[in-house]
Amino acid sequence: MLRMWRVGLLSGLALVAVPAHAFIAYVSNEKGNTVSVIDTDSWTVTKTIKVGQRPRGIDFTRDGKFVMVAVGDDDTIQVIDAKTQSVVDSLPSGPDPELFAQDAAGKILYVANENDNTVTVIDLEKRARLGDIQVGVEPEGMTISPDGKMLINTSETTNMAHFIDTTSRQIVANVLVDARPRFAEFKHDSSELWVSSEIGGTVSVIDPRKHEVIGKVTFEIPGLRKEAIQPVGIGMTKDDKTAFVALGPANRVAVVDVASRKVTKYLLVGQRVWHMAFTPDEKYLLTTNGVSNDVSVIDVAAQKVIKTIQVGELPWGITIAP
Amino acid sequence: MIRWLVGLIAWSLAATSALAADPVTIGVGYLGIAGTRSTLSLVEQPTENDGVAGARLAIEDNNTTGKFTGQRFTLEERRIREGEDAAQAATALAEKNGFIIADLPADALLKVADALRDRGTLLFNAGAIDERLREADCRANVIHTAPTRAMLADALGQYLVWKKWSRWLLVVGSHDEDKLFADALRRTAARFGAKIVQERTFEDKGGARRTDSGVTQIQRQMPVFTQQAPAYDVLVAADESEVFGAYLPYRTWDPRPVAGSAGLVPRSWDASQDQWGAIQMQNRFIKLNSRRMTALDMQAWTAVRMIGEATSRTNSGDVRKVTDFIEGPDFSVAAFKGTRLTLRDWNLQLRQPILLVDGRMVVSVSPQEGFLHQVSELDTLGYDRPESKCKLK
Repeated sequence: MLRMWRVGLLSGLALVAVPAHAFIAYVSNEKGNTVSVIDTDSWTVTKTIKVGQRPRGIDFTRDGKFVMVAVGDDDTIQVIDAKTQSVVDSLPSGPDPELFAQDAAGKILYVANENDNTVTVIDLEKRARLGDIQVGVEPEGMTISPDGKMLINTSETTNMAHFIDTTSRQIVANVLVDARPRFAEFKHDSSELWVSSEIGGTVSVIDPRKHEVIGKVTFEIPGLRKEAIQPVGIGMTKDDKTAFVALGPANRVAVVDVASRKVTKYLLVGQRVWHMAFTPDEKYLLTTNGVSNDVSVIDVAAQKVIKTIQVGELPWGITIAP
Repeated sequence: MIRWLVGLIAWSLAATSALAADPVTIGVGYLGIAGTRSTLSLVEQPTENDGVAGARLAIEDNNTTGKFTGQRFTLEERRIREGEDAAQAATALAEKNGFIIADLPADALLKVADALRDRGTLLFNAGAIDERLREADCRANVIHTAPTRAMLADALGQYLVWKKWSRWLLVVGSHDEDKLFADALRRTAARFGAKIVQERTFEDKGGARRTDSGVTQIQRQMPVFTQQAPAYDVLVAADESEVFGAYLPYRTWDPRPVAGSAGLVPRSWDASQDQWGAIQMQNRFIKLNSRRMTALDMQAWTAVRMIGEATSRTNSGDVRKVTDFIEGPDFSVAAFKGTRLTLRDWNLQLRQPILLVDGRMVVSVSPQEGFLHQVSELDTLGYDRPESKCKLK
């Protein structure tokens, strides 16, 4: 009896002392020229890494060993070693890289270069530039279909989602969406592609096989001007049931029921929310709040903001170790 | 999966054949006055291609999109010389161009608008800031991408009031357009609770804008001109004619900031504007034109982009269809100002934030926080619907 009690106590203690998983998040601070490292156990910034000028797009390599960060004003992508948490290399991107996507194997990187209307293709192992794809004016959002066959790029002034065949590297379709498309995200089952339009104030839902807009998510927040609602980052749960959409200067993240494409809730976060990332266990969603210099932590199941973490100046992108 | 691939191949074939067809050509004309006006500041001296350079960039931007939509945009420039008839030039330009961007004085613009009314040509006023073109003299075939004097004055006034610089010393030039800007500033002061403590007129007695003797005399004249003023917070200058405004900063009798036509200036655009993705646009402009982008360039760019936006949304180059879409309730255009720009349906004026610039930096962007409106905060700038005298026809 005593023994059982003791075991119970010990396991209870263990639960308190070592939560299931602690993850590491990397946040790019656009103005600070730094990357903040956040420990999701203590919810504190454990390190601030100096990087190049105007860091925005940020992502882990597939093996989790490195973090790539696009430093637009230095016309390159820097590589941070996750172990030493320092910049160790850079990649030959085109001018002014902003967002990028990598293939499933983590071998090929596709970079949106805002300044010259191209998407640059980079071999990650050889650190070599393989070629460029001409797209619309001001390419920005980048994603790859779950099967790896289709690369999506959105162009902000052309207002299109370009469908690029990853084998031939040719554009096979262009879908017109609302003004200033900034971010693209596939459902995990590949059945839909969601594209946010910052100035249009909507998220277009595209059938990736027919290349047609089949629906739109719209937003309405009482007491807020329509112009203040500017959708940017999108996060979708693995079961494809719930999507989260960052609404920029509306200072809110919309919770969207994916099936009905209706907003079920608005979560108040920091000012000018840009992008977001889930912890791998999908318990938490972290958002970057550009103007208030912080990161909001959302409890995904409860759909509540539970924490705010101060980071560097004008946080923009975020990635979490796999 | 296979079915998907087959579908994809079939689609690509269809797409290829669609692209192989001749693109639809959309002709855009640019009508301006030959020659440039002289400014006090050499760095602000406009180039010969002021305005049209912005239109040219937008044509390039539209053509990049046009590659995917099967549309091709062309630009034809026409400059009117002294003594030439604007209406005649416009009619000739309208032969091949369903859309015309105009940078003309108000009277010439009205003549052109009336001459082209029956042709169905859509005109964009990219240059004239006169209130009357949107009020008593408004026209149903003219869209205004240039802001108005009242919009500019309100944008400045909101900031000065926010800054609690509410006692203004107003100095007005002796030309008609200076007086019109002063009217707009007086209206702004009354609307937002600023007080014009005194008005002074700066007579234009002629004279060159560049002299070898330089600043020596100006340094003595300006303090004398501004002395013995009642207590004030900011000197507001109305000098669109470029006679004295730029001489005022740092030379006032009392140490006071200058705003209006010099110092802190309200503008639709500035070479220093770099937020909301504008840096990409500025870079594209410099690459194409080997100089920096002005407000007039931006007003012309926006006009041509509005055409491109509407042709891609309607998938048509038909002027009637495109015009209906632009004037319809669903139209908006993105122009690197942090918010979508829409048209005031009662007078076809483009709603837009106004930048307050000092020549090197964007100091602020109006509307300012706290100036509220039931429809759009952008309508706190300039004449609002209930005040409008415009009857579109």
